[in-house]
Amino acid sequence: MWMEIGTINDIPKLGARVVESAAGDIAVFRTADDEIFALYDRCPHKGGALSQGIVHGKAVACPLHNWNIDLNTGDVLGPDNGCARTVAVSLNGDVIRLQMPDVKTQDFKAQDLKATGTNG
Amino acid sequence: MKEKLVVIGNGMAGMRTVEEILKHDAERFDITVFGAEPRENYNRIMLSPVLSGEKSYEDIIINTREWYIENDITLFAGDPVTVIDRDAKTVTSARGETFAYDKLLLATGSDPFIIPVPGTDLEGVVTFRDLDDVNRMLDAAKKGRNAVVIGGGLLGLEAAVGLKANGMDVTVVHLMDTLMERQLDEAAGYLLASELKNRGLDVRTKANTKAILGSEKVTGLELDDGTVIDADLVVMAVGIKPNVTLARQAELDIARGVLVDDQMQTSDSDIFAVGECVEHRGATYGLVAPLYEMGKVLAEHLVGGNGVAYQGSVTSTKLKVTGVDVFSAGDFSGGEGADDIVFRDASRGVYKRIVVRDNKIEGAVLYGDAKDGAWYFQLMKDDTDISELRDTIVFGQAYAGGVQADPSAAVAALADDAEICGCNGISKGDIVTAITENGLSTLEEVKAHTKASASCGGCSGLVEQVLALTLGDEYEVQTVKPMCGCTSHSHDDVRRLIVAKDMKSIPEVLQELEWSTPDGCPSCRPALNYYLLCAHPGEYVDDSQSRFINERAHANIQKDGTFSVVPRMWGGMTSADELRAIADVVDKYDIPAVKVTGGQRLDLFGVEKKDLPGVWADLNAAGMVSGHAYGKSLRTVKTCAGSQWCRFGTQDAIEMGIALEQMAWGSWTPHKFKMAVSGCPRNCAEATIKDFGVVAVDSGYELHVGGNGGIEVRVTDYLCTVETEEEVLEYCGAYMQLYREEGRYLERTAPWVERVGLDHIKAHVVEDAEKRAGLYKRFIASQEALQEDPWAERARGGKDKHEFTPLKVVA
Ligand SMILES: Cc1cc2nc3c(=O)[nH]c(=O)nc-3n(C[C@H](O)[C@H](O)[C@H](O)COP(=O)(O)OP(=O)(O)OC[C@H]3O[C@@H](n4cnc5c(N)ncnc54)[C@H](O)[C@@H]3O)c2cc1C
Ligand code: SF4
Ligand code: SF4
Ligand code: FES
Repeated sequence: MWMEIGTINDIPKLGARVVESAAGDIAVFRTADDEIFALYDRCPHKGGALSQGIVHGKAVACPLHNWNIDLNTGDVLGPDNGCARTVAVSLNGDVIRLQMPDVKTQDFKAQDLKATGTNG
Repeated sequence: MKEKLVVIGNGMAGMRTVEEILKHDAERFDITVFGAEPRENYNRIMLSPVLSGEKSYEDIIINTREWYIENDITLFAGDPVTVIDRDAKTVTSARGETFAYDKLLLATGSDPFIIPVPGTDLEGVVTFRDLDDVNRMLDAAKKGRNAVVIGGGLLGLEAAVGLKANGMDVTVVHLMDTLMERQLDEAAGYLLASELKNRGLDVRTKANTKAILGSEKVTGLELDDGTVIDADLVVMAVGIKPNVTLARQAELDIARGVLVDDQMQTSDSDIFAVGECVEHRGATYGLVAPLYEMGKVLAEHLVGGNGVAYQGSVTSTKLKVTGVDVFSAGDFSGGEGADDIVFRDASRGVYKRIVVRDNKIEGAVLYGDAKDGAWYFQLMKDDTDISELRDTIVFGQAYAGGVQADPSAAVAALADDAEICGCNGISKGDIVTAITENGLSTLEEVKAHTKASASCGGCSGLVEQVLALTLGDEYEVQTVKPMCGCTSHSHDDVRRLIVAKDMKSIPEVLQELEWSTPDGCPSCRPALNYYLLCAHPGEYVDDSQSRFINERAHANIQKDGTFSVVPRMWGGMTSADELRAIADVVDKYDIPAVKVTGGQRLDLFGVEKKDLPGVWADLNAAGMVSGHAYGKSLRTVKTCAGSQWCRFGTQDAIEMGIALEQMAWGSWTPHKFKMAVSGCPRNCAEATIKDFGVVAVDSGYELHVGGNGGIEVRVTDYLCTVETEEEVLEYCGAYMQLYREEGRYLERTAPWVERVGLDHIKAHVVEDAEKRAGLYKRFIASQEALQEDPWAERARGGKDKHEFTPLKVVA
């Protein structure tokens, strides 16, 4: 289900905001040239909140141990391995929409996500 | 008795000759040097970066006063020789010193050429030759706006760019059609002119100066087409002429310069000459490489070498303007029988032209990418037959013979006699030998042993490649370690350039210094943000997206994504009201844990991010502000009970600690900064493992610096003892500012102190009251802009609201 979650101006350039959902927090990123990406707010390493990291190019550095995550694919860049889950985004004019996950069909439990303790 | 050698001219050629003589036989001569300039011998070619602010005078001194003493050389600096008496074999100086010589060396350099137009003697008309000229220009840049440089050659352009870096509006007036016409062809000259125009210089070619205007002080310049250009400063940089005043007085043979033979001997067999003042086989020179060759030949000749002869030099030039890569060598006028090989890449702004005659390189002009200059120059000097390389030669050495591009492969492929350092004529073989024989491992050591890269520094990259090839894995790039993968500049270079080019924002730095990534990375962006903040206090607008989360959210992120909050408790003191307010906050926001920290504060753990503004508002209401426990900034000042309570206390440690903390809170530093004050040498506050520690004694306060707890424990170094509380504050502020200005981002004071040395810190903070006062003043000035409670701005002021609220909550 596509859902309008805000406009591009709500997110600082090279920054991120969080959408809280039943399936867990989703981090929505804005790059320097105004591209928008979304990932579950959970680092594949130890669950750090990616929304709190430094955005650079099309990547974000996790605030906990500095793994770099590709915003487009969710892949971990560099020497480490892993993958953060991506969420489909559309940008129409200023308006950002996310394809909200259907909680029932998720292959992980909401409880799992809670353990990451990510905050708005 | 030793033979007496008198040297006239304490400049580059004269002193290089002396160094060469000492190298061969330090005991041979009793040496006396006269210099017209009132200072030691320095690297004249680096005056350009001194003007632009990229280097300081101290950086470019070649031989210090101590060096003269150690080598038993008598130096009369600031005392020019006025008379040579060849019959009596004596020289006499302006101050009236008369000295006998057995051998005399003339190394008087050259004088700037002054064009014969009215107004050249007005105040504000200067030349570009020595440090005094540079100081005059810097002074003028402080007072005036408009500068005109007459002459678009190497010297004029370096002056123009330097003045621009000092904030002046600069016009270059050049007589010929294209800039640097003696070194560059038309195409390269054109590219250079457009680059300089892009940088905001006004470049006018085919412009002939008619008069310099003004009554006492210069006000402008008139061209012969009638145009008038406003000017507060006019720099005359149209060329040089050999300084032959003394030679003429002594009736030596002269033409354009002092005539010398292949042994550098003048028409008097006891008088020799080297440098820009000489004329040899009809040629005069204005670059250092030939002068060094002359010095080498003469030194060998003087210590008894047989059959050495100076054969004249082929020269090459490089323009020393950061970010403009220009190289030229040989003859590129082309003409009959010469072939041109040309390569252009307009989008990268690259132009290369190699002129070939009879399968040999006759000349080369490179613009935009000059890294192969040394290679072409070597092929040219060796008269190498290039027919094999011809197809790919224009792409440079890495492609020679179709080999893949790998810079170290290119250096590996160089022959042992290939020249690496053009200024000093040092070959690859010389460097390799020096490295293996003396066990060298850093660029600095190679510089000290061989002089490679010690003059213009343009070859330091190549020297490093040679080091890496020779040492293999043992070699760690040290001196020019880049800040991060986005750039080849080191932390120190970037800082210097930020100040020198007056850069004001991160995008500007990335653009100007040609970052390889569009918006930097998590290691350079926070560093740049700090460097800019430090360089432009009160003016630079902090870029929160370039801050690590803790500094962006003003609290410490914990492993579960919650935050911890540490309110400031000045000097570790608190009160019933503060404690009550903290207890209320803990209850109200359901904060799961409260802990006493190592720095005498209370840490509230497990605060949800969205609760932070509310928590801060309540703490603010009770008078508490941010404790900056999250920042590369002043953290805490820990104190002991001191004379208020303790029976051993000699001074009031608590009061001292509070005063320090109130002065220093809110400051950003390269890394975290901790202090402590103990009331007596029992040192209960553990002041000797802090960045700045105070230990009170009967007579006052001992100050200690550079300590560290943490992973690598380091005990402080003792700095000095002061008597009053005010002095403690001033010394502390000055020391913090020195660290703020010199420390590399994420370098704690302990490694910084070890890197720069305690003597350096003493020289700035203890021994020189003026320097200390200056540092302290800059610290206080920057504090005025920084001492604003970031919590209050966010709690009540609503700053960065997006940081603490979700974009959307979907049920
Ligand atoms: C700003 C600038 C940039 C330059 N850039 C480059 C470059 O990038 N590459 C390059 O190869 N070259 C460069 N040069 C040229 C280079 O500096 C000179 O070729 C070199 O310094 C000449 O050495 P010298 O010893 O002959 O003269 P100098 O270094 O000028 O030394 C002569 C000294 O003799 C002193 N003197 C004169 N008369 C007397 C007297 N009667 N008694 C006592 N002392 C006297 C003078 O005061 C002077 O200190 C540059 C020059 C300048 C000014
Ligand atoms: S350092 Fe000295 S004054 Fe301070 S508490 Fe300890 S014993 Fe007392
Ligand atoms: S000592 Fe280690 S575990 Fe303890 S607070 Fe510091 S970083 Fe964390
Ligand atoms: S949790 Fe993201 S890097 Fe460790």
